Amino acid sequence: MTPTIVRPPATAVSVPTRTRNVKRDRTSKSEERAGLAMLAPAVILLALFIFVPAILAFGLAFTNARLISPYPATFVGFNNFARLLTDPTFFRALLNVGYFALVVVPMQAGLALVMAILINKQVKGTTFFRTVYFLPVVTSMVVVSLLWLFMYRQDGLINVILDRVTFGLVTGPDWLNDTSTSMPAIILMSVWQGVGFHMIIWLSGLQTIPADLYEAADLDGVSRWQRFRYITWPGLSATRSLILVTITIQALSLFTQISVMTQGGPLNSTTTVVYEAVESGFAQQETGYASAISLVFFIIVLLISVAQRFLSREKI
Amino acid sequence: MRHAKKRLVVASVLVTGLVAALTGCASGPTGGSDGNNGELTIWTHNGGNTAELAAVQAVVDGYNGSQDETTVKLQAFPQASYNDSVVAAAAASKLPCIVDIDGPNVPNWAWAKYLTPLDLSVDLSENLPSTLGIWNGETYSVGHYDVALAMFARKSVLADAGIRVATIDQPWTQEEFSDALKTLKATGNWKNPLDIGTGDVGEWYPYAFSPLLQSFGGDLIDRGEYQSADGVLNGPEALAWAEWMQSLATNDYIATKSGADPALDFQNNVTAIQYGGSWAATNNTEAIGDDLAVMPSIDLGEGSKVGGGSWQWGVTTGCANPEAAMDYLSYSLSPENIAAISVATATIPATDAAAALVPGFEEGGNLAIFREFSAKSAVLRPETPAYPFIATEFTKATQDIINGGDPQQTLEAAVKAIDANIKSNGGYTQK
Amino acid sequence: MAIAEVATAVTPHAVLGRSTTKKKRSLDLGGWLLRVGLAVLFLFPILFMFVSSLKPDQQIFGDLSSIAAFLPVGNISMDNYAAVFDRVPAARFLVNSIGISAITVIAGILVNSLAAFALSRMRVRGKSVILTLIIATLIVPFETLALPLVWWVNQLPSFELSELGFYFTTGWIDTYHVQIIPFIANAFSIYLFHQYFESIPKELDEAARMDGAGWFRIYRQVIMPLSGPAIATVAILTFLPAWNSYLWPLMVVQTEELRPVMVGVQYFFQLNVSWGEVMAYSTLITLPVVALFIAFQRSFVNSIASSGVKG
Repeated sequence: MTPTIVRPPATAVSVPTRTRNVKRDRTSKSEERAGLAMLAPAVILLALFIFVPAILAFGLAFTNARLISPYPATFVGFNNFARLLTDPTFFRALLNVGYFALVVVPMQAGLALVMAILINKQVKGTTFFRTVYFLPVVTSMVVVSLLWLFMYRQDGLINVILDRVTFGLVTGPDWLNDTSTSMPAIILMSVWQGVGFHMIIWLSGLQTIPADLYEAADLDGVSRWQRFRYITWPGLSATRSLILVTITIQALSLFTQISVMTQGGPLNSTTTVVYEAVESGFAQQETGYASAISLVFFIIVLLISVAQRFLSREKI
Repeated sequence: MRHAKKRLVVASVLVTGLVAALTGCASGPTGGSDGNNGELTIWTHNGGNTAELAAVQAVVDGYNGSQDETTVKLQAFPQASYNDSVVAAAAASKLPCIVDIDGPNVPNWAWAKYLTPLDLSVDLSENLPSTLGIWNGETYSVGHYDVALAMFARKSVLADAGIRVATIDQPWTQEEFSDALKTLKATGNWKNPLDIGTGDVGEWYPYAFSPLLQSFGGDLIDRGEYQSADGVLNGPEALAWAEWMQSLATNDYIATKSGADPALDFQNNVTAIQYGGSWAATNNTEAIGDDLAVMPSIDLGEGSKVGGGSWQWGVTTGCANPEAAMDYLSYSLSPENIAAISVATATIPATDAAAALVPGFEEGGNLAIFREFSAKSAVLRPETPAYPFIATEFTKATQDIINGGDPQQTLEAAVKAIDANIKSNGGYTQK
Repeated sequence: MAIAEVATAVTPHAVLGRSTTKKKRSLDLGGWLLRVGLAVLFLFPILFMFVSSLKPDQQIFGDLSSIAAFLPVGNISMDNYAAVFDRVPAARFLVNSIGISAITVIAGILVNSLAAFALSRMRVRGKSVILTLIIATLIVPFETLALPLVWWVNQLPSFELSELGFYFTTGWIDTYHVQIIPFIANAFSIYLFHQYFESIPKELDEAARMDGAGWFRIYRQVIMPLSGPAIATVAILTFLPAWNSYLWPLMVVQTEELRPVMVGVQYFFQLNVSWGEVMAYSTLITLPVVALFIAFQRSFVNSIASSGVKG
């Protein structure tokens, strides 16, 4: 970072070169110490409340631990993983979250960006629109899932509206009970619920783009598309990787909607890895097996995130 | 230098964790000490259930007023996640002296040594058998009430369609029921004439659908040794049950996933017949009045069956003063207390003495029919620690069958999973 | 926009300029239609929730198959709202949640921005490894950690104040802090602050360094004042999970007086569910979050871009 420093001239002149070098060595030591001190609270808290329980949880994957049992857990090596490999439901769950993520990530990121750009403008009613777009995010996911459960009924509102709009030409499916529409229905509802969250992140990214770039562009009378293509999009490169990584992780961790709306059905068409882990761990009391599912899930998501970060060539 | 720094960070993190772990270990588990100092805590699943909570609170207040050795404190949790709360507390050894338990889970908790056998001063032989949690020859829990299953319909609807009102002595037979559904469906008034609560999750599936399986002659597990489901959950009777369940869906008699509230759909005449719990009776009566017919479940061959076992009370092993806990439970089981709770919950009182005190449940009362259902045809869900696992497998299998999964294959898979689970838990025997 | 119009008026290409302005106006109409269309899309389920909160249960289900579900028609009353307060200690839960969320947010902003500052601005060895590890914590779904974490927080040292004085004990179960401390450090917040700080020109803090400012002063007086949008974003995004948490408090909080609002939602799911009251309670607990959002959303415009710093 040294070569690009633009120093205020006065200071630069007043500091003789030799003292500066000595100072720099001393500063780098104190800088490191100060940096560690600033990192410490967050790192210690994360270590205590995520790393420790995660290591405990992953350790359980190699045991036959039970949620409720009079016997202590014993070490069983890779038994749980062997069982996982022969569990067709687990592979179905992997396939389902893959499908969900592939559709949701671009859809939600794209729509969120459009919304962020729309409400970044100071026009009449901006506060109103921002608030409305954000409403689904602040409403309890359990309640949101229930609302959509009502709307997705065969005789529910979505089908009533479909019927009215098309003058009775289209009879809507039984959304959540048809293996071919259950996942799209979950996707639609998830994007509706989550898009406001990422809109806010895009919005904070838009704020990092200097206004004078847009002013200059306005002077040149460029088109909206050009403004977006040559100013907004490049200006959002850092935010893009943040959004990509977080939406992907969120999508792959799909759980609450499934638990309230479909319980993985019909015929496993909406089951997910986290749902299977929670179901095994809590309802079926097989803590060890559930931990194995979680560990495998963690490794898969980690690989995907690393790949994404590598592909988006983000510098740290 | 560089490594030293790194090590420093790693070490400080490790030390912080280690110190915390050591201090934790050194002082040992602090939990499980409820019952000291003349105080005793009860956990109940009634958070938000204003009427039932008030009734239980009144019993607790009565007990606190009746003696001055022990003060009982009631702590309510919301039902939907009550099990999560209890399991977490058990993991942290923070269970209270007395807990509320859903009947079928009692053997599991007794096996895990959460519960201690009851030693009460009241005679439990007066109780409906389905209000006692028995495992390995010991009684671990006792309930104030039970619930039952019933078929609800409008008398006028049945009369118009020429269908008779079923009675305890003469429930509908399988053929009668099929004809009735066919007739109702043919009127075109209902998309799905019957609602059996397929959209309900949690304990409803095993509670409501295993009695149907038992009426066919199948079961969830071989109740001889409780070691295998083979032959009972995948035998010819079970297959007949599965095919029948599937036919309800393929004929569009039921929705593969019913609405979120079957009782409200029935009250709004979205469905013609509701197969539901006795707890829906009060609201259904309120909405439909005299036109409401309350009928026993269908006889599918082996007689009409209803599920037995609702919420019950048990004493935990960690309780510092089990005598006081037993004393409270004995007090709470007086006919007056049982009656008061039963009135508040509109449930079936556990004893005859209490039933006489509850309006509607006295001889010839309009709710007495449920007590008859329960006394005559209640089948407990299998009393084995394997039950929670069996319940999830049964729920999943039933859902798959209703949604068109191959009946035989689905049942075979469930049997395989259940048997493997029992085996991996050493047969769930007590060591 | 105003600047653009003045500019077009004075340039020789006035004619061309005016035509673009006209084109922009028509596009703005499209923008407006899009805004309103999206608003309808986002609003209608919420409207459904609110309207249902005014109806008796039987009517909610009766109206499900018609547009009446969105309209306050039929038997409309505030009965459900009155009933909510009988069933749930709603006021107490609200106070708890406001307290828990506020402390989590404030502590979270401080702890996470400090960490992000160190990662973005300072030379700390292994910081790319640290950042990667931090981001990796995002991948672990909380549901899978819950049980080990219950056991673990019960081992942690704690202290109590009583009439006997101040003494140490173990176990965080059944406290307020068990609902706060585990959620202060958050990888997502660190990541977001980090990305934002990276966009702030390094010349600014170099200049402050030359003036002899210490690192903490740079953090406090240079970086943080420029980070309004990031702070607002993190505040809102930290507030949400804190406000919405319910699995964790169900597991670690046993005393009713210490419970947060979302646990209250579970109170309505009895054998006979009180649907109207669920909707009324959900409407009630959404309001404080909306108020907070309206208050904070202004900060989104106090940006680097408008504060005169050019990148």
